[in-house]
Order: sequence, then structure tokens, then C-alpha cells
Amino acid sequence: MPELPGVRRASDLGTVPQEDGLPVREGLTSLLPWRVLRRGSVVGVAAGEVPGMTSLLLALLSGPSGAGAWCGVVGGTGDLPARAVAEAGVAGERLALVPEPGAKWAEVASALLDGFDVVAVHVPQGLGGVTGRRLAARARKRGAILVPYGAAPGRIEGADAVLSVVGGRWSGLGQGRGRLREREIVVSSRVRGRPVRTTLRLHGPEHAEPVADVVPLSSRRRP
Amino acid sequence: MRSLVLWCPGWLVGDNFEPVAAAVDEVCAGVEVLRPGLLACPARGAARFHGGEEAAAERMAEAVEALGHECRVGVAGGLFAGWLAARAGVVVPPGGDADFLAGTDIAAIGRPGLVGTLRRLGIYTLGDFAALPAADVLDRFGFDAAHAHRLAAGEPPRPTVPRETPPDLTVTADCDPPVDRVDAAAFTGRALAERLQRALSARGLACTRLIVQAVTGAGETLTRTWRHDGVLTGQAIAERIRWQLDGWLTGGSVGDGGARPTAGITAVTLVPDDVIPYSGTQGGLWGEAGEGRDRAHRALTRVQGLLGPDAVVTARPAGGRGEAERTRRVTWDTADALPDTSAEPWPGGLPAPSPTVLPHEPVSLRLLDARGEPVAVTGRCLLTAAPASFRAMGEPRAVAVTSWAGPWPVAERWWRADARRYARLQLGLADGRALLVRIEGGRWWVEAGYD
Repeated sequence: MPELPGVRRASDLGTVPQEDGLPVREGLTSLLPWRVLRRGSVVGVAAGEVPGMTSLLLALLSGPSGAGAWCGVVGGTGDLPARAVAEAGVAGERLALVPEPGAKWAEVASALLDGFDVVAVHVPQGLGGVTGRRLAARARKRGAILVPYGAAPGRIEGADAVLSVVGGRWSGLGQGRGRLREREIVVSSRVRGRPVRTTLRLHGPEHAEPVADVVPLSSRRRP
Repeated sequence: MRSLVLWCPGWLVGDNFEPVAAAVDEVCAGVEVLRPGLLACPARGAARFHGGEEAAAERMAEAVEALGHECRVGVAGGLFAGWLAARAGVVVPPGGDADFLAGTDIAAIGRPGLVGTLRRLGIYTLGDFAALPAADVLDRFGFDAAHAHRLAAGEPPRPTVPRETPPDLTVTADCDPPVDRVDAAAFTGRALAERLQRALSARGLACTRLIVQAVTGAGETLTRTWRHDGVLTGQAIAERIRWQLDGWLTGGSVGDGGARPTAGITAVTLVPDDVIPYSGTQGGLWGEAGEGRDRAHRALTRVQGLLGPDAVVTARPAGGRGEAERTRRVTWDTADALPDTSAEPWPGGLPAPSPTVLPHEPVSLRLLDARGEPVAVTGRCLLTAAPASFRAMGEPRAVAVTSWAGPWPVAERWWRADARRYARLQLGLADGRALLVRIEGGRWWVEAGYD
């Protein structure tokens, strides 16, 4: 069947064809100028008024990581909880964390760009100037993707796209009952000068842990 | 295929049996250690060399008694019969295994439960047991009993597998005067790595796991195991020694308790822990994936060189109820000694989605109800009032609580002195944040955030 023109496997539907780039998860494609994470590009993740930056960063890494890419996170949220990483679909064994790079963060990021496919760097003060240009040039030369994150949207200079969370909603938590179950975040970006926004569903029912049904004792049968 | 079996009665499992095995190997070649205190070797060669099986058995016993250990030697066709022969100190004639076993008490097969049942059934000797049909034994008593049945019948005579002397590849460098400077430590490490590399390559071996030990003048020992997906080269070994000694001497190492040694390092030991035959460099199983891994490893080695070995970590899932306990940081390239217990049931642990942010330091908070009174949790795990406003330490204003759930109690290790009891709430705040908070000992803390 897959040989027929126009016929694709159902499992391939969620991914986009890999054109000199790494796939991203469904929902993020419209936010990127090339619908993939093109090698050598800089894609920022900005910190905004609305929480959700860490989840957005993990969602951005999940596509490449699922396709076998190696990802590195320098600084900031470098101590990501392992369960959140796994739930987001990021392969923990291909994710290296450098939680405290200190003053050498740019050198560390530069070293990681040599060997990693996606390098996220925490830049609370923004990225620009000589350091920003040097890191972007390194990413371009090595065919890696640089993801500066954690600054205000305007302070990430020279990025091909800057994603930021502009809205969001949790569901499942009530007044003294329920629990946090599902979440939607609204992500905005500028693609070729045109603002784009999309709603991303995180931890949907498909990610939920199966919880065993309660079976009355009388109906239990010995296996 | 007859075997000589040597048995040391009352051998303690923890004692080193290697000297005994080596002494026996001098007399009769091809020794296989069955377990500490019990070894076997093929009888044919030894019997021909020493002029008879009895003579060979005598020489074996003499060699072990010379070391000051009591022992007994027996000869039989199979190993099980050989062991019984050793206990009795007899030589079973060729082909006489079944007859020898037939007269032996049933207790010889071990397995007290099975022996008890068989005795009640009127089966007292191995001969009686062996006479039962094999299919019926399997049917009635299961696989383990079927195996015992085959042993009792004197089959199969498994040939002994000769023992391969493990080459001692441990290398040690004594430092005199004691090393307390990083550059001197690096120099020692380089020389030691070269020695190990020469020892390994002379035998055509390579090392994928390495234990580095350092001993100080005050008797402190630091041990760390390094692993490598590929093969540790001489330079990689030298680098790891330098990192470790550097980390220890400067006291910045987190993984080792951060304690600085109180005296200089007097000895460094390298123990190759996992040694494999070296067959040149090998690509990854899936071609590019292996290449990507190598590139990533090289980049990480550079970062470790820049910031120290503990700077690069991976997050591994771990078992626990608290969110901070559910992640374990493991230094890149070191062996993870602890098993992953995250899949085991942890009653009280929260289901997915998991929080994405853990506070670096504990953050206390105030949780007030609609009337401005502090919210607490009673001994029966009930909230005294619905939370209405939230203010974490260091925040300028209180934020309204829009939704909440809980409290979910956690009681850990209540049978021990370090017991913990706390209750947790999930809070949704007016500014869009979602948090997991905890009350412990009457105080509220931020446990994690859902960023």
C-alpha cells in the first residue's frame, strides 16, 4: 500500500516530510517559516506574561528528539524533571543537561552546537550582539538548531522565528475536586513578518496514564 | 567424561576461593569452580599424568591441605555424582554412577520441601526417585523436580568447563610524596592510563567500564565508576582520572559529597571493570545513529573539559512520591548504580501530567481563605477552609486561587525515625499559573510548578 501515490501510513500523518530539517510535533508546523526545524536556523522561545514556556520548549524538542536527534539544554531549567521530559515525548537518553554553565554558557553552547542537533540555551538577558551572531554562525556552519529561550520576545535578536506563549487554559481542576488533567496553550510567532498563532494541546487524553477501573469485589474472578 | 571433584566442607561463601582454585590448577589442569568451596576438573588428563585417578585425587587434596584448608576429593562420571563421591571420599568406578546414586539418601538432592513430600510417599533413596517415570515427576512436581530427577538418575554427565584465569589488569600508582596539586595529579593519571592501556592492548582487550580509586594519606577512599558506550582510549582514561582527582582536590565535586580530602593522595588505582575483546572501532548498529552518538559524546567531553565532569547530567526517572525525588541527576558517562524504581507502585505519587519546574531552593508560601485566615490541614486530612489567596515568599502581591484540589496525604517510612507526613494540593491561580504545594509540619511550601 505505501507504494501507491498519495497513500501514507496512518503513523506518518502526524509528521511532516523532512526537508533539510528536523520534524516538529503536530501543531507547531504553522509557527515556523519552513514548517520544520531547518538545520542551521535559530528559533527562540520567549518568556512572556503567561506561564508555559518550559512546556513549549519541551514540545519544540519533542519532534526532533522523537526523530532520533540529540538535544542539549544549557542553563536555566537545566534541571528538568525526568517525568515531564518523558511525558512531553523527549527521549531522556538523548537529552544532555548542563544546569550550571555559569559565565561560560556561550562556550558551552558553542561546544554543544558542534555535536548536537538541537541546543537550547537559557538567555534571561536576551541574545544578541557579538555572542548572538557567533552562536548563530556556529549553528549555521554545523547544521544545528539553536534555541535561545527565557528572554522577552524582543530581546532575542537575529532569530528566524520567536515563539511565545500568549494564552493558556488548564482543565480538570475544580473547586476542591478533580486534578490538573489537560492543558491548552496559545502560541504566537511571526512567520515572514506575519503574526501567526495557534492552540497547542498538551497532555491530552492520549498522554494520560491509564488508571485501573474500580471493580466491585464480588465481580472479581480468579484468573 | 569422568570428573575429579574437590569439596571443602564448611567453606564460607564470602571467602576468596581463588587461591585454592589456583593451587589445584597447578596439579590438575582445567579447573572449573562450581561455587566457592566446590570445584571440578576433567579426570582423564590428570589421571594419565599422575598415574591413576586415586593418585590424582591424592595430589589435589595435598595441594589444598598445604594451604591449610580441609578438603575431600571424589571421582565419578557426572558432576552431581562427583560431588556426592567427594562428600563420601570415594572413587566411583566407570559406569557405576547410577548404582552409586541409587543407594544414596534422597536428602542429597537438596530441596527440603520436595524431599519431605517424597519421604511421605515412601521414596527414601535417589534410586527410588530415579525409578519414577520422568514425565510423571515433571507433571506432578514441576521443572525443578524434573531437574533433580535427572540428577538422581545420574544424567546428563556434563563435561567440566575449564576455568579461565582472569588476568589481573588492575594498575596502581603510589604517590610519594602525596599529591595535593591538580597538575601533579594529572601527571600521575597520564602515566597510569598509559600503563593500563599497554596492559590491555598486549592482551587484545579493551575496557568499557573503569573504576578509578584514590586513597589519601588519612585513609579516605574515593571511588567512581566511569563507563563509555564505545571503548575508553588511553587519553579518555587519563582525562577521567584527571577530572576525578581535580574534582576531589578542589572540593567542587558534587557527586562525592563535596568533602575535600584531609590529606594528599597517596595511591591511585585503576580497575578495568568490564573488559571486552577489542575488535577495532565499530560503527553504531544503525549507521547514522551511531555517528550522531559519537559526535554528541565528543561535544559533551569538551563541555566536561570546560566545566568539570559533573557539569553534564542526564535526568533519569526514579521512584518516589515527592516530585523532587522522582528525578535523579546522573553525571554523564558515569555508571548508574541504582536501579530504576519509577515503574513500581508509589502510593501517593501524582499521576501525569507531571510538573515541569522544581524550585532550586524551598519556597515557603501563605495560603489564606476568603476571610483572610490561614488555611491548614487537620489530622484527618481535611482542609480547614477553601483556599482563596496565595502568596509565595518574595512575591509582592497575593494572587487569587481560582481552582484547587486535594489535600492528598503522603505518609512515608512511618515505621522509622525519619518518617515524613505531608499533604499536597494542586492550585490554579488567577495569573494562569498552576502549582503543586505541600503542607508539612504546619508550613506550606511550593513543591513544583506546572510551567
